[in-house]
Amino acid sequence: MARYIFFRLLQAIPVLLGTTLLIYFMVFAMPGDPILALFGDKTPTPAQLEALREQYHLNEPFIMQYLRFLGGIFVGDLGTTYSGQPVISVLQSTFPVTLRLALIALILETVFGIGLGLLSGLRKGGASDNIILAFSLLLISLPIFVIAFVLQYLLTFQTSIFRPTVGEGAPWGDLILPGIVLATASVAQIIRLTRTSVIETMGQDFVRTAYGKGLSRGRVIPVHILRNSLIPVVTYIGTDLGVMMVGATVTEGIFNVPGVGRTLFQAIKQSEGPTVVSFVTVMVLLYLILNLLIDLLYAVLDPRIRYVK
Amino acid sequence: MTEPLLQIRDLEIAFKTQNGIVQAVRGVNLDLGAGETLAIVGESGSGKSTTATSIINLLPGTGHITGGSIRFDGRELTSLSRKEMENIRGREIGFVPQDPMSNLNPVWSIGFQVEEAVRANGIATGRKEVKKRAIEVLKEAGLADADRRMKQYPHQFSGGMRQRVLIGMGLAANPKLLIADEPTSALDVTVQRVILDHLESLTQELGTAVIFITHDLGLAAERAKHLVVMYKGRIVEAGPSVEILQNPQHPYTKRLVAAAPSLASRRIQSADAQLAELEVSTQTGTVDFDLVAAAAGRAELKAKQGPRPNAIEVDDVTKVFKIRQGSGRAVDFTAVDKMSFAVEKGTTTAIVGESGSGKSTIARMLLGLETITSGDIRVDGESLAGLDNKGLFKLRRKMQPVFQDPYGSLNPLQSIGNIIGEPLDVHKVGDSKSRRNRVNELLDQVSLPKAMFGRYPNELSGGQRQRVAIARALALKPEIIVLDEAVSALDVLVQAQVLQLLAELQEELELTYLFITHDLAVVRVIADNVCVMEQGKLVEAATTDEVFGNPKMEYTQRLLDAIPGSGIKMGL
Repeated sequence: MARYIFFRLLQAIPVLLGTTLLIYFMVFAMPGDPILALFGDKTPTPAQLEALREQYHLNEPFIMQYLRFLGGIFVGDLGTTYSGQPVISVLQSTFPVTLRLALIALILETVFGIGLGLLSGLRKGGASDNIILAFSLLLISLPIFVIAFVLQYLLTFQTSIFRPTVGEGAPWGDLILPGIVLATASVAQIIRLTRTSVIETMGQDFVRTAYGKGLSRGRVIPVHILRNSLIPVVTYIGTDLGVMMVGATVTEGIFNVPGVGRTLFQAIKQSEGPTVVSFVTVMVLLYLILNLLIDLLYAVLDPRIRYVK
Repeated sequence: MTEPLLQIRDLEIAFKTQNGIVQAVRGVNLDLGAGETLAIVGESGSGKSTTATSIINLLPGTGHITGGSIRFDGRELTSLSRKEMENIRGREIGFVPQDPMSNLNPVWSIGFQVEEAVRANGIATGRKEVKKRAIEVLKEAGLADADRRMKQYPHQFSGGMRQRVLIGMGLAANPKLLIADEPTSALDVTVQRVILDHLESLTQELGTAVIFITHDLGLAAERAKHLVVMYKGRIVEAGPSVEILQNPQHPYTKRLVAAAPSLASRRIQSADAQLAELEVSTQTGTVDFDLVAAAAGRAELKAKQGPRPNAIEVDDVTKVFKIRQGSGRAVDFTAVDKMSFAVEKGTTTAIVGESGSGKSTIARMLLGLETITSGDIRVDGESLAGLDNKGLFKLRRKMQPVFQDPYGSLNPLQSIGNIIGEPLDVHKVGDSKSRRNRVNELLDQVSLPKAMFGRYPNELSGGQRQRVAIARALALKPEIIVLDEAVSALDVLVQAQVLQLLAELQEELELTYLFITHDLAVVRVIADNVCVMEQGKLVEAATTDEVFGNPKMEYTQRLLDAIPGSGIKMGL
């Protein structure tokens, strides 16, 4: 097991190098001069431009810039943004916010998704099944910004249950509403996934055998039906958490959440190479770790899966 | 007279389907006294399992009881609430399901699943007590090292071991009645025998009444005093086993008795293809008449013509698999060990053995689906060992397979016509019109109507599907057909028909068959020569008559003894 984890982490190294190189190159190749853009309408003197280019090492060839960035990682220096902030402090201020948001969404979608999916699967063809299915279809069909604006209008401007935008420091309470919006799309997928999986498991021979040996329904459902149905759901939730960590640009934009999505969007617009690449590196790392955790969770859920390497 | 333990009267069971209601069981009456054993026999779809599972209300899907009564130990079972039924299951009526592979939950340990049964039925309380009793249950069921294996998972158990676990769970609470639904159909004959012997002694000791469901008449007669034969949801014949076997009244039972390979093979064996035997067979209109005649005819022909050239020569072949161990080291596993035999053109050689004996590996190597570790296989004198992909492709025109599972081996999204014609497409034989004609010709050869051309596999029965698989194998006019358990998944009557078809085709097209099977009974009716394999080694190779009449090896004798029904005197 430890060997397996070690090799998986070893695999992460070429993946990280590849992605950072690619992203760095893409930012480098973007049209327009980022330094000129900083000055807006004003015209800088050539000396000013030269000084700034020197400061951000923009006058060096691409590969040198990249290697300088890589070298910086090892001493904890990720460069500075064009507004003068160290990139590392931007990372430190945005990731915890997005993490909190993702956590809220994750808990909501897991609880409601699996709960409703299980209910729907057990009552296949019944009234509650049809209502839940129709509800999930509605959630899937609505674009996320529609849900966001409708909820924002109803729950903040009309009833003021929540604050319309996220305040300073992004406290938990302010993140609940964006969390609900972020969870809606996934909750529908999880309902459907759980439902299908539960129906499939219910038809398995071992479920009949479990009843046959005298177990009550209250035991068969959680122990023999739900647990066996969870593997595809876990996969989905795992990748979904990855997607949410990468930043929900739309949701963060609407609720003014100072998280990863919004910051990254701005950095891309301003061709800030070091900022973009630093963010992406952290994201790739998170993604890889999450994937590893999901794979390890498989082995816990299904003893037939054992990792040897 | 006292009321029997189980009394079923006028039982009616129906399934709701998209095309309306289908009546699965009609007017079934059954009586079973305490401690008695009753066998219900019939082909799949006859309603035998439906009847049995309805007793404990475990009908699949949309099935429900529409009429009649089931009385058990003085109580009416059809009107019980869910809670009351949960108390009856396990405690008073045990259940042993059919397929040991799918009936244990793969994600929980064996110990967990047995302990769960023990706890649910209130046999023991407290963690230690429950565990102690669970180990006892497994030991009683014949798992000697139960304490050590409690923590293992179902996939670490063999089929036979899992069946023991299921039997143990069924009997855990010492129920008055045990419903055993084809408890050993998925197992090798030798394992089947051991497990049924064990089940018999256990239930006798405990005084448990048993309802034994099976499609094998020989097995039923051997294991139960009373037989009930079901056909299309009705009981067509009931009574003492020996009587039914020796003097079947209903035409369906007669056919069943005639077709049961376990019984038929013995009949041929004892009479050794004597003419008197054939006359009896014709009179009763049995299906195996042609098989016997064909076998006799072939033997005669062979005697006249003398030895024929070899179609397949297997020469000192070994197959070693590398198996990964937990630590990452690979350990060699020898699946086939220095095996040599030859198959003459136009004859049938059967390779027999238990699962794991390496018989399928031989077939896969012959078909070029598996590489040969050492030694050589020659087909028509052409060596297989050094063949590249091109050569292999050519070879496959000469040699085609038919596999066991007629459900898994046909692509459900392709029409029957496309499935049969695909080999012609792949090997670019003729144009589309001539291919179409060839497919029609093939349908005719395997006795399927031409209308099948545009239909899809899911519309066909198991027997029809296997005919399609045979037609596909014949498409390229091969000389050799490798049949890997080709009839094992079929009901006895259908099995007999397919075997007959194979025999006819062999005569007509001079085919050479390599027949892989674990079922010795089938071997007797189709094979000229038999190779018996045990753990990768060839233990005996001889003509079928020699093997059956005078087995040299103890292992072969054991296989022969395990054919169900071998202890019953037949009326024929």
